[in-house]
Amino acid sequence: MRSHDGTGEQPGRSGSTSLTADSAPPFEPSSAGGRTSTYEIVRRKHPWRFAAAIAVLLLLALLAYGAANAHQLHWSVTGHYLFNRSVLTGVLRTLEITAAAMLLGLALGVIFGIMRSSHNPVLRGVAWLYVWAFRGTPIILQLFLWFNLALIFPRIDIPGIVRGTTVNLITPFLAALLGFGINEGAYMSEIIRGGLLSVPPGQTEAALSLGASHAWTTRRIVLPQAFRVILPAIGNDTLQMLKLTSLAAFISFNELFGTTESIYYANSEVIELLLVAGAWYLVASSVLSVVQYYVERKFGRGFQRGRQQALVERVVLRAMVRLRTRAV
Amino acid sequence: MPSDRASKEGNRTVVECHAVVKSFASVHVLRAVDLEVKESEVLCILGPSGAGKSTLLRCINHLEGIDGGWIKVTDQIIGYELRGGKLHELSERAVRRQRGLCGMVFQHFNLFPHFTALQNVMLGPVEILKEPRGEVEARSRLLLDRVGLASKVSAYPSQLSGGQQQRVAIARALAMNPRVLLFDEPTSALDPEVVGEVLRVMLELAEEGRTMIVVTHEVGFAREAADRVAFMFDGRITEIGLARAVLEKPSEARTAEFLSHVLV
Ligand SMILES: Nc1ncnc2c1ncn2[C@@H]1O[C@H](COP(=O)(O)OP(=O)(O)OP(=O)(O)O)[C@@H](O)[C@H]1O
Ligand SMILES: [Mg+2]
Repeated sequence: MRSHDGTGEQPGRSGSTSLTADSAPPFEPSSAGGRTSTYEIVRRKHPWRFAAAIAVLLLLALLAYGAANAHQLHWSVTGHYLFNRSVLTGVLRTLEITAAAMLLGLALGVIFGIMRSSHNPVLRGVAWLYVWAFRGTPIILQLFLWFNLALIFPRIDIPGIVRGTTVNLITPFLAALLGFGINEGAYMSEIIRGGLLSVPPGQTEAALSLGASHAWTTRRIVLPQAFRVILPAIGNDTLQMLKLTSLAAFISFNELFGTTESIYYANSEVIELLLVAGAWYLVASSVLSVVQYYVERKFGRGFQRGRQQALVERVVLRAMVRLRTRAV
Repeated sequence: MPSDRASKEGNRTVVECHAVVKSFASVHVLRAVDLEVKESEVLCILGPSGAGKSTLLRCINHLEGIDGGWIKVTDQIIGYELRGGKLHELSERAVRRQRGLCGMVFQHFNLFPHFTALQNVMLGPVEILKEPRGEVEARSRLLLDRVGLASKVSAYPSQLSGGQQQRVAIARALAMNPRVLLFDEPTSALDPEVVGEVLRVMLELAEEGRTMIVVTHEVGFAREAADRVAFMFDGRITEIGLARAVLEKPSEARTAEFLSHVLV
C-alpha cells in the first residue's frame, strides 16, 4: 500500500516501527519531519437529506396554514366539545370497555392457550374450534350476534346465577364485552400458546424435579417467562382494541365514537366532532404506550443484562425528573 | 479423597434399579439396567453420547416413566405402586412427593431466570414443601455461602457466569434435603476455566458423605471423587467397579477404547 502524497510514509504502519524501536505505544501518531501523520476526517455530505426535510416541513406548514384558514372548519366547536361532559363520559366508557374486553380476552386466552398446548386431544380440539370460529368471522358480525341473542334465546335461565329475559340481561355493554372479549380471547390464545412454546422445556423439568405440580409450574415458572415474550403483543392488541371499540356504537353502546356521532347528528359539525374523538383516542393510546413500557419492564426482571436504555425510557425518565424537581 | 469403599459396602441401599427397561417408540434406550447405590456412595456414570445416561437419571426421579423393571429410592418404588402383582402408576401427587427424594442438577443449569439466586434456592422449600420462610431463607443463605456465592444472593441468573449458575443450581437441589443427588453432565456446558469451581463444590459434597450419581465426562473427577464408576453403552451398564480399578484396568475392550478417547 502506498500513501497518496507519494513520500513513501505509511501512516498505518508508523506505529509498528516505533514498537520495535522503543517502548512508545504502537498507535501513537508519529510526527516524522515535523508533519503529523494523522489526517482530519471529513464526514460524507447528505445534501438530499436536508432538501427532503425542507420539502416536508414546507408541506406541513401549508397544511397547518390551510387548516387554520379553513373557514368551513370551526375550531372553536372542536375546542368547545373537547371537554364536553358527554364526550368525557364517552372517553370513560371507551376505556372501560377496552379494559373489560382485554381482561376477558386475557383470561380466555390463558385458558384456551393452555388447552391448545395440552396433551389431551379433546381439550386441544375444543380450543382449536374456538379459535377457528371467532378468528374466522368479522367482529361486527359477532357483536350483532350477541346483541341480538334474544332472537334465539328469549330467556336465560342458569339456576343460581342469572334468570330473566335476554333483552333485559344483554345490555349494550354486555354485548360489547362478550363480542370484543371473546373475539380477543381467540387471538390472545394464539399469542399465549406462542409464549408458552418460547419457554425452554428445561424450566418445566427443573420445577417438576423439585416436586412441583403442573399447575404451580405453569403459574410460577412458565407463564411469567411467557409473559415477557407475550407482553408486546398484548400491548399491541390493547391499542387495537381501544380503537376497535368504536364499533360498539353500532350496537348502541355510547362510547367515545358513538357519543361524538350522536352530537354531530344533532349539530352537523361532523369534522369538528370527529377531531374531538380523534384527539381523545390519541391521548388514550399515548398513555397506554407508556403503561405498556412500564409493565414490560416489570416482567423483564432478570433479563436486563447489557440492556440499553430505550429511547422511551430516557424521555420518560427525563420528563419525570423534571416534573419532580418542579414540584419540589 | 474417596472415602474408604469398605465402609460403604455395609451402608443402606439408597438407589436400586432392577432390570430397568425404557424405550421411546421403537428406540430401546435402556435395556435391563441393574444398579445399586449405597448411602454416602458416589457413583460416576461414563459412556458415549446416546448411551442412555440422561434417560436413566430422568427415570430415577420419574421425569420419564419406565417400561419394565423397577427403581427404588430408599424403600419406595419410584412412580409405581405394587398391587396384585402389578406396578400401577402412582397419582401425580404421590409422584411429586417422591421427587423430593432426589435432587437434580442439569447440564444447562435450568435456573429460573425471573428469580434471584436466593429466590431460586428458596422457592422449592417455601412454595412446594411449605416450610416457614424465615427458616428457609437462613438455610438458603448458608447454602449459597457454602457454594461460594454469598455475595450473589440477589443476582439474577443472567448476571452470573455459567459456573456460578451451576453452583446456585446445586444449592437449589440441596435446599430440598434430598436423599440422593443426580448430576447430569453438570460441567459439560461450562467454559473450561470455570469447570474447576463446580467440581470443587461437588467434591466437597462427596467428602461430606452425600449420596451422588454423577453422569460426567470428567474422568479426573471420577478418579478423585467416585467410589465406583459405571460404563454405559447402548442402554446397558457394561462395566462397573471400584473407580481406580475400572479407570486404570478396564476389563472390557469398549471401556478401554472409550477411556482412550476421553483421556486425550
Ligand atoms: N424424549 C425422547 N424421545 C425420543 N427419543 C429420546 C428421548 N430422549 C432420549 N431419546 C433417545 O434416547 C437415546 C439416549 O438418550 P440419552 O439422552 O439418555 O443419552 P445420553 O447417554 O445422556 O447421551 P449424551 O451424552 O448425549 O447426553 C438417544 O438415542 C436419544 O435420541
Ligand atoms: Mg445426556
